[in-house]
This record gives sequence, structure tokens and C-alpha cells, in this order.
Amino acid sequence: MKTILVIGNGMVGYKFCEKFIAQERKSEFNVIVFGEEPRVAYDRVHLSEYFENEDEEKLMLAPRSWYEENNITIYTNERVTDIHKVNKTITTLSEKTFSYDYLVLATGSTPFVPPIKGVDKKGVFVYRTIEDLEETMAFAKKIKGGKAAVLGGGLLGLEAAKAVKDMGLEPHVVEFAPRLMPRQLDDDGSAALESKMKELGITVHLNKATQQILGNGSIEGMEFLENEKLDVEMLIISAGIRPRDELAKTCNLEMGIRGGIVVDNTMRTSDPSIFAIGEVALYNQMIYGLVAPGYEMAQVAVDQILGNETKMSASIDMSTKLKLIGVDVASFGNPFATEEEAHAIVFENKLEGLYKRINVSKDGKTLLGGILVGDAGDYNMLLQLYQNKMALPENPEDLILGARGGEGTAMGNVMDLPDEAVVCSCESVTKGAICCSVIDDGNESVKSVAKVTKATTGCGGCKPMVADLVTESLKSLGKTIKVRICEHFDYSRQELYDIVKLREIKDYDELLDTVGNGNGCEVCKPATAAIFASVYNETANKQETIQDSNDRYLANIQRNGTYSVVPRVAGGEITPKQLMAMGRIAQKYDLYTKITGGQRIDMFGAKLHELPLIWEELIAEGFETGQAYGKSLRTVKSCVGSTWCRYGMDESVSFAIEIENRYKGIRSPHKMKGGVSGCIRECAEARCKDFGFIAVEGGWNVYVCGNGGANPKHAELFAEKVDKETAVKYVDRFLMYYIKTAPPLIRTAAWLEKLEGGITYLKNVVINDSLGIAEELDKEMQNYADTYKCEWKEAVETPEIRSRYTHFINSDETDSNIEYVDLRGQKMPKAWA
Amino acid sequence: MTFADLGTYQATKPEDVKIWFKACEVSRFPKNGGACIKYKDKQIAVFNFTRIGKWYACQNLCPHKMEMVLSRGMIGEEGGNPKIACPLHKNTFSLETGENLNGNLEAIATYPVKIEDNFVYVGFSE
Repeated sequence: MKTILVIGNGMVGYKFCEKFIAQERKSEFNVIVFGEEPRVAYDRVHLSEYFENEDEEKLMLAPRSWYEENNITIYTNERVTDIHKVNKTITTLSEKTFSYDYLVLATGSTPFVPPIKGVDKKGVFVYRTIEDLEETMAFAKKIKGGKAAVLGGGLLGLEAAKAVKDMGLEPHVVEFAPRLMPRQLDDDGSAALESKMKELGITVHLNKATQQILGNGSIEGMEFLENEKLDVEMLIISAGIRPRDELAKTCNLEMGIRGGIVVDNTMRTSDPSIFAIGEVALYNQMIYGLVAPGYEMAQVAVDQILGNETKMSASIDMSTKLKLIGVDVASFGNPFATEEEAHAIVFENKLEGLYKRINVSKDGKTLLGGILVGDAGDYNMLLQLYQNKMALPENPEDLILGARGGEGTAMGNVMDLPDEAVVCSCESVTKGAICCSVIDDGNESVKSVAKVTKATTGCGGCKPMVADLVTESLKSLGKTIKVRICEHFDYSRQELYDIVKLREIKDYDELLDTVGNGNGCEVCKPATAAIFASVYNETANKQETIQDSNDRYLANIQRNGTYSVVPRVAGGEITPKQLMAMGRIAQKYDLYTKITGGQRIDMFGAKLHELPLIWEELIAEGFETGQAYGKSLRTVKSCVGSTWCRYGMDESVSFAIEIENRYKGIRSPHKMKGGVSGCIRECAEARCKDFGFIAVEGGWNVYVCGNGGANPKHAELFAEKVDKETAVKYVDRFLMYYIKTAPPLIRTAAWLEKLEGGITYLKNVVINDSLGIAEELDKEMQNYADTYKCEWKEAVETPEIRSRYTHFINSDETDSNIEYVDLRGQKMPKAWA
Repeated sequence: MTFADLGTYQATKPEDVKIWFKACEVSRFPKNGGACIKYKDKQIAVFNFTRIGKWYACQNLCPHKMEMVLSRGMIGEEGGNPKIACPLHKNTFSLETGENLNGNLEAIATYPVKIEDNFVYVGFSE
């Protein structure tokens, strides 16, 4: 039995293990891994997600038990200090000695901290490990609201700036070069990105050479050339990486002048028993700071150890696509090709912050590289055209402008790619392998293809293309592509909707018995609950155990398992008497109160058994439920309009109240919001709502399909200067059509994006009645409006429903688990230790 | 609640049951849903799989964010095996083995359930 020691348990070190255990001959080797960090390997590429959820498990590449199950011994918190290549042993900081037959150095890199005066002050951090993040977050909490800088405008620096913003600080990016992402973008691309950053509240400082870090003990600012200063209370350094090559010095391995352990194309160092892979390896006189080449190196090392002849590719592709703070940025091939080498075709739309550049060879036949900022939707296809040197369309500009005037896209079909085209570069999976796993092995979903081929399991950037390949392969087999809701129903939501309606199916059990398989799950239950609600306008009380958890208890479950209560305040209008009633009730039940973003009052911290008591009192004061928990209409926000405002063109408050009352309680594929603005100053922000009205000279402008949230999108103008009745009629039909056809959990903007023919088609259906269904839609919406019931009124008045609200069913005790702490004179849930 | 409190809940196999705790009448449980019962200092989620005539029980504590909420989740099945989805973040757990089905969370403790004379009993080893 031979021994392989792997030093380093980062992404590449882990990948080496994963690739190794996939080999048949693995049992001939004993694998021991050493990691310096306290935890096992995690996904550093997605490190900034840790800021959002602080969930380190989500970042883990495999649980600790995985190593054990695969007979890999792992030592974490263990630093290797010396290599003795003559007797083939290593020693660790705790003075343990291990011998090896093969040694794999996957020690990665450390963040480069430039030798700036004062860089050791408190409040200066790097951005590399979970520990770094935790320290940074703890510090950020103390200076909440303050200014923080990120030194370095590269990929990681911009990610760090997003994190800084998420931590509630004012972010500033300081870059030495004259542009952002200097290795990937040209000046114009950088300018487009800079304007996007500005929109997001991130200030960019270019051409700044930092002279010193100011402050007495803790950082107070940065000083640049010419005595220019920037006051900041925190600094994250993201100025590149340095290979962790110190072990090479302990045993005289050949190293590069500026560091890095020299390897050949078999990943061997100057000692044939020692391999170096990932960011510590100097290959072709370059350090590659990307995951994909690191993974390829891991594969080469595995194969070489097992006596196979796999070699590292001669040239390494540095193409990258990222979504930075929700902004697409991509760069591939040679993004900077000069005029002697190529024609650059550039498309720029400053208004929307779009910049696209492609470099086409002088003969117009091949793509040499390019840059995409603001919209990188075509990146995968462009990358394939470039990597496979595929023939370009007659007018190469179509690639970034889209085919104008004709049908179809200039990109061609994914199936036109050669079989050897690498679709997933992290795992080196080709188009041929993906199609083969569908066509020959019968994997019919992206999930099962991913399981077999590992495509999409790295950075995930190739997912859309893999999905297209799966769909196209299935089509080539003559199979219809079916969107199944889950394993229990072979139908899409639309089909289930029609089945329920046409067969007059009344409840979930009947639906399962008639057209389903098995006993259901948390995916199909809420989806069908929404269908029953849409078809029969029944409240969530009727089939309570198929409702999404919030609907089941008619309240939003919050961080500590308590609930928030939100009565409807239509149009944001509330009387002083009602305000006082709410205040009194909130005080009585010791609830935390907050004005919501949608003109309502949120009351937090209600225990399960208190919900009916609270609602009983609210109802007595004339309130009704605001469906804040449901996939249904939340609010119709309004400005004050001509009621009080000196600019108001029309009465936005009355209109908003009327509309909110019209659509309240209707359940839909996702939550819906509306807005009514009394003039084009748009104080109600109606254009970021699912539907919106804006008063203009001569009537109302109607907007549809705007969304806030994670993927914000402005609403589109649907009709101009129509009267109120027409405006309502259009929105009636629009909403009804959306409710009947959208897949579960798809908001209006995403639904419209997928709707063939887009807004023009929607206008045809709603305004011109091209499908002949307008009358039916009108009638159905009117029926909803006429049969509205307050779910909470029903719940508190029905003893059987009311009895559901108890924490224990065999005891009157309440949950002793819930603890609170003080927050500005109110309470908040205590974080669990 | 802290990670240490997870230790309060130890999976119990049918053969290790020493006490059958008489929890509640069958009728107090929703059909195809769950409810929470208290046994000594423990909170136990009990689920009534009416469609298949089976009952399951597990700790009420979700090991993800340490909240006492599993009984309020939605029950379902995956490949024929019964599971519970936590109402907070939709982590799903097998009710046979306690295993976290869509992630790498710690397994939850499960307990045997029997029905006698219209009463639900949960089995404990202590």
C-alpha cells in the first residue's frame, strides 16, 4: 500500500481527493489530508454568500464524514512545517511525522497585503477565509453606518464591496489602476461597470496609490498621493494573491523568481514524487487564480500518480463570467486584442449601462475574445464560439446586437456545437458527454445529468446551457418536454389548473387519487392549494395541511418561530382611532412594531396561541387580514395624490383603496403588489409593482410586470391615458391571465419574460381579446371581488379552526424556548448561541 | 437553544422503548399533518399520515436554526419515504431515519408511535 499525502484542504485539495476516490485503483493507496483551517474544505468562490446567511454548511464541499466514508484520513487545524524529500517524510507543527510515496502540495495562496505604512492598524482585514469574514463582520457591527474601503477593484474586491454594503456600511473601492477589473475589462467596459456600481451606492476611486493608513491604533482613513485623503473606519484588502510556497523552501524545490512552485505539464515539481496543484503551482510561468485550471491540475496529478499519461493543457483559458452585486460581467479569450490583430465590434448603451465588445479576427471568421458588462446572457454561447473556433454568422455584429428583422438568434442552436466543446469548464464536461448521458443513458433532467457527469456542480455558470442541451437532446428523441411539478404529478401547474377546473376536483386527496402518484410533498401541496384557491376562491382554512406553512397559520413565521401580524391598511390610509387601536393591541401583547415598506404596520413576536386573541381584537376594531403571509395581493401603495398634494393630477388614494379592496384575498402564483401615483413624480413607485397606475393629463397610464426584490425590473407601459374603468378592466384581465397561466412562485416580471411574444402578445390578449377569453377573465375576477372573505374572521369565529392555534396539544404550557433581547426600547429574538 | 441542546433528543428504536407515553386523542391531530406534544422537558412533533394510515414522531427542534417548529411543517414523501419539511427554510428530514434529505444538517431524533383505543402513544427509552 502506497501513501499519498495531500497538503492543503482548499477547493483544489478537495477536488484531488474527489477525483482520486473515483478511480478503481484507489484501494491501493492510503490518502492523508492536512488542512490548516479548523474546518474541512469549503467553497471559497461563493464566500460572500456567507455574509448573507452565515451558514457555513451551505459552503461545505462535503461533510467531514465524507472523508471517513472514503477512507481518507483528514487532519484539520494541522500545519505542515517541513518536507524532507530525501527520506520522503513531512513534519507538522505539532511535531508529528508522516512518510509518503507521493506528496501533493495544494497549499493555495494568501491574500497579498501591500507594504503600506500603517497596514497593521485595527480595522484592516483581508478577504479569504470564513474566519476573516467573521472578524470583519464583528468589526462592521461596531461601526454600523460608517464608511469602509476595499483596496483593489478586481473580481474579489468588488465582491468584498458588495459584502461591505450588505454589512450596512458605505462602500468605497480604491483601485491603483485606471480601471476596474484591469485584467478583464477595457476602459469603456470599466466605465460601464463603474456607473452600475454608482447606481448601487458603491463609490469607485481609480488611479489611487495608497501611501499610508491613517489613524491612532484603529484605521481612520487612507492617504493617497498629493495628500488626498479618504476617511474610512474599515478597510478590506483585496490586492491579489501570493502563492503559499514556503514549504518548497524547506526542501529546495525549484521556484519562480516571484514565487510559486515550478511544475511541468504532469504537475510534477523538480522532485518527481512531489506534485503541486492549484494556486501554489507556477505553470507556464503563471499562477492561475481560477478554480477550473486548479481542478484540471488535480485531475492530471491523480492520473499521473496512477500511471496514466494525462497532461495539463498547454494554454489555459482565463475566461470568466460573474454576477457582481447583480451586475453581469464577463470577459473571455483575448479581451484587449489590438487593431493589428482584430476588428473590435462594440455596442454601448449608456442609459442602461450596457457595454459589449467582441474581437473578431481580421478575416471575419473567428472570435478572438470579448467583454460583456450589464448583460452577459450570451456569454456561454460566445465562449463556445471562441473556444471551438466556430464559423461566425455573416454579420458578426449580430452576436451582440441580436438578429435584427429576422427570426431566430445569431448564436445558432446549442446542438450546433461540436461534441468536444467543453460546456462545464470546472469539471471539463463536454457537450458530447452531456447529450450522451441524456440520449444513451436516459437521464432526462438537469439534476440527473449533473449527478452522472458532474456538469453544473462547480461554479454553476453553465447551467442554462446544460438545460438547453438536455431539452434539445430530449426533443431529438421525439420526447415532449414536460415541466413536472414534482414526482407526485406528471403535470405542469397550468395542466393541473385545467384538470381541477374541468374535472371539478374539490380537494387535494381527490386530485392525488385521480391524476397523481403517491402521497404528495411540500412542493405539490402548496402549488395545488393555490390552484384550489384560484378555482374555487376558497380560503386557506379549508385544506389547512396542504397550505404553505404561513398560509396554514395565516401569519408569517419569523426567526424564532413566532409570528408577525399585518392587518390590511388599504392604500396606506388609516384613521387616528385605528392607529390607537393598533398601538393598544401591540402594547398589550408586547409586540415589536414597524412600519413596512408597503404602507402597513407590522407587529412581530406573536406566539402561536396568541394569534387568534390578537386578531379577535383587531377585527373588533374594524381591521381585516392583510394576507401578508400569502401568495396574494399584498398592498396597493399610493401617494397622497390630488387629495392634499399641490401637484396631484388625480385622486390616487381613493383609487388605490378601491383597487386594493378589489383584489384582496385572491391567491396567485406569487405575491403581488400594486401602486397608484397621482402624478408623474411617481411618489408611490408604481413602476416597480406588478401593476401600477400613474395619473397623467387626460387619464391614467397603466403599467404591468414590474418587480422589486432580488431581480428588480421596471414595469412596462401597457396602456396610455385610459379612464379608470378601462384601467381596472385591463388589470383585471391581466391578473387573471397571470394567475391562470404562471408556474408556481413565478412573479409577473419573470412570467412576462418567458411569455412568447412578450408585452405585445399580452396586450393582444388583454386589450384586443385575441384569444376570445376576455369575457371569461372579466367574469372570474368579478366573482373573486364579490366573494371575498377575511380568513382571520373565519378562523376566530370557527372553533374547529381556532383550536389549531396551540403550541402543545397535550399541555397548556407555551414554548419556553423563545427568548428576547432589547432593541431600541422594543424587543427582538435572541440569537441562538 | 444551542447545539448542546440537540443532545436532549436521542433517536429511539421500537425495541428500546421503555415507556409508551400516552400523548393525546387521535382526533386532536390534523389529517395529513402534525402537532406538537410535550413529554417531560421534550417537545415532540407527531405526524398523522392519514392517507397511508401511519404515524411518525420526531424532535420538534429543527437543527438548522434551533427553533421548535418542525410540528408546524408540511409532511410529504420522497421516493415513497415519509419526510417533514421545516416551515422556516424548507429543510427536509426523513421520518424513518431522521436524515436531512436536502442538505448536510445533523439527523433529527425519531421516535416510535402506536395507536391504541383512539389514543396516540409515543415511545421513549427513558
